[in-house]
Amino acid sequence: MRQLRRNGVLLAPAGIWLLVMLVLPLVVVFIFSFGERGAAGGYVPALTLEQYANLPARWTAFKNTLILAPLGTLAALLIAYPLAYYLAVRCSPKWRTTLLILVIVPFWTSILIRSYAWIFILGGRGIPALLEMVGIDEVRLINTPFAVLVGIVYGYLPLMVFPIFVSLDKLDKRLLEASSDLGSTPLRTFWQVTLPLSVPGVATGCMLVFILLMGEFLIPAILGGGKVFFVGNALVDLFLQSRNWAFGSAVAMTLVFIMLVTVTVYMKFISRLGGQRDDISLM
Amino acid sequence: MSAAVRTIAEFRGLTKTFGPVVAASDLNLSIAEGEFLSFLGPSGCGKTTALRMLAGFEAPTEGEVLLDGEVVNHVEAHNRPVNMVFQHYALFPHLSVFDNIAYGLRQRRPQPDRATVKQKVEKVLEIVRLEGFGPRRIWEMSGGQQQRVALARAIVNEPKILLLDEPMAALDRKLRKEMQIELQTLQRRLGITFVLVTHDQEEALSMSDRICVMNGGRIVQVGTPRELYDNPRTRYVAGFVGTSNFFDAVVAEAGPDHVAARLAGGQHVRGKPGFAVKTGQEVCVSIRPEQIALSREAPDAGMSEPVTILNRIFLGEHTEYLVRSGTLGDILVLVPRQSELNAGTFNVGEEAFVSWDENALLILEQ
Ligand SMILES: Nc1ncnc2c1ncn2[C@@H]1O[C@H](COP(=O)(O)OP(=O)(O)O)[C@@H](O)[C@H]1O
Ligand SMILES: [Mg+2]
Repeated sequence: MRQLRRNGVLLAPAGIWLLVMLVLPLVVVFIFSFGERGAAGGYVPALTLEQYANLPARWTAFKNTLILAPLGTLAALLIAYPLAYYLAVRCSPKWRTTLLILVIVPFWTSILIRSYAWIFILGGRGIPALLEMVGIDEVRLINTPFAVLVGIVYGYLPLMVFPIFVSLDKLDKRLLEASSDLGSTPLRTFWQVTLPLSVPGVATGCMLVFILLMGEFLIPAILGGGKVFFVGNALVDLFLQSRNWAFGSAVAMTLVFIMLVTVTVYMKFISRLGGQRDDISLM
Repeated sequence: MSAAVRTIAEFRGLTKTFGPVVAASDLNLSIAEGEFLSFLGPSGCGKTTALRMLAGFEAPTEGEVLLDGEVVNHVEAHNRPVNMVFQHYALFPHLSVFDNIAYGLRQRRPQPDRATVKQKVEKVLEIVRLEGFGPRRIWEMSGGQQQRVALARAIVNEPKILLLDEPMAALDRKLRKEMQIELQTLQRRLGITFVLVTHDQEEALSMSDRICVMNGGRIVQVGTPRELYDNPRTRYVAGFVGTSNFFDAVVAEAGPDHVAARLAGGQHVRGKPGFAVKTGQEVCVSIRPEQIALSREAPDAGMSEPVTILNRIFLGEHTEYLVRSGTLGDILVLVPRQSELNAGTFNVGEEAFVSWDENALLILEQ
């Protein structure tokens, strides 16, 4: 009984936080999504499915998000894995901390400023200008899906590197020796031992990056130049500019629903991959 | 060793340094096919390093490692026909017991077919008495069972040499005893050469055909357990393999079979030399506690010393006495139960005599 009460006390702050900051707003948004837009914007109570019927109007935003978020997650994974592997397995302990700090250093500057830097790099006087010098003309990078992809991979890379680093770092290096002792080449050891044992880190990193990318709006706004926009941008527009709260709520609810489904399917898949493993975090 | 015994592995002037640390220094050793050899020595003396050079995990700084007569310094671990049982087993946590054991077989090219793998794995599971445990997960196995899995994972590959790095260190005492016997039986049965690393003298003495005693990165002495016990060369070996009483002495007269030495207290003793001694050399005189007799009257022949009983510990088959001699200092004496039944026990404070046979006294390197 006392144990129960103590647990209650421990969980109370998080519980209240979740209730006030997550559940209540979600309920509000859910109710709003069945309402109508007022004459001067905002919300007028109603019970209609009109807003959901109107979703195809924002199809492009959903399409961009659903293509670029998984693609961005994959690209971040492919870049982060070798980096994390190097840091955890290959790099001498002397340099490890320094290099790890270098991975975080970009976080000390606002993502806004860092994304603006990319405008310059990808813009007319950046890479395209360099390409022109070697004879490749008319390359447009800025305001394309590619620019947005570069931006999100750059912005979210550390979030992918760290979980993978942790799982590779705690991997018992004697297992690699054991594998080699049993006749496995280094490459096969990687596929048969290192990679499977880093699945928890990969799963955590992908999940973190994917969920955050699904809600992203800043990077598409800056590097997509209004041409490549995410659901997040549609929401900013609907809630703040056109003040169509009911439709905005329907779009938001749909995004939440899509995320729930993808994440559930993904978790099923990962736990199958890991067998009966109980060490996959974020599950 | 007879000439008919084939040498399966050899160290020639093997040295390994880690920065300023000399982990192994000028190791020379040949390992005979089918023997059970142990590296024995205190922690940090370079046993694991020696074993890892044989396995191919460490490249020697100097010298050569030979396997089957060929220098294998540059052959990588995955291409050496030896397998290792790691100190903490290093079993793959993401694989079942079966897949752990099958791991080595599946690395072979061409890959053996499923039926062969299954048959071989099941056979070793039976050998290590784990029939039916194949589908289990590693963390569902107890420490002793995990050790058997590690053993099975190595022997399924039929290695030329099985390397064992303190395989019993993590087991409790009773299990350790059982495993020692099992390992020894297994070695006889499979005929595989075993090279074991241990800091436990009892383990080394009870299991090995030969023991290689190491100290500070060097090989101090190699021999059968009996040779090392009866004829240690140095004080270190005599102290590490069994217990002994030691007295500092100077060689007074060096003969081929017998040496006369003068103890620090001035008495002269005669004993067997453990190494080539020179007159005037400072040596160590050693005598095992069980080779000292304790009596109420001074014996007629041989060396004897008057002593006082300081302490008595009853150990079952033996009684251990700590006695003090005016000239030799404290001496440990082990009296067998039978002779105690005949002569009666000595009480603390009682006066008595210790005596020994000339052949029991060893003159050793300090
Ligand atoms: N990889 C290494 N780097 C630096 N020093 C090492 C390394 N491996 C072993 N040593 C050192 O070499 C010496 C012998 O170690 P080891 O062979 O493990 O001893 P043992 O197995 O007899 O306990 C120790 O002083 C140890 O600290
Ligand atoms: Mg060791």
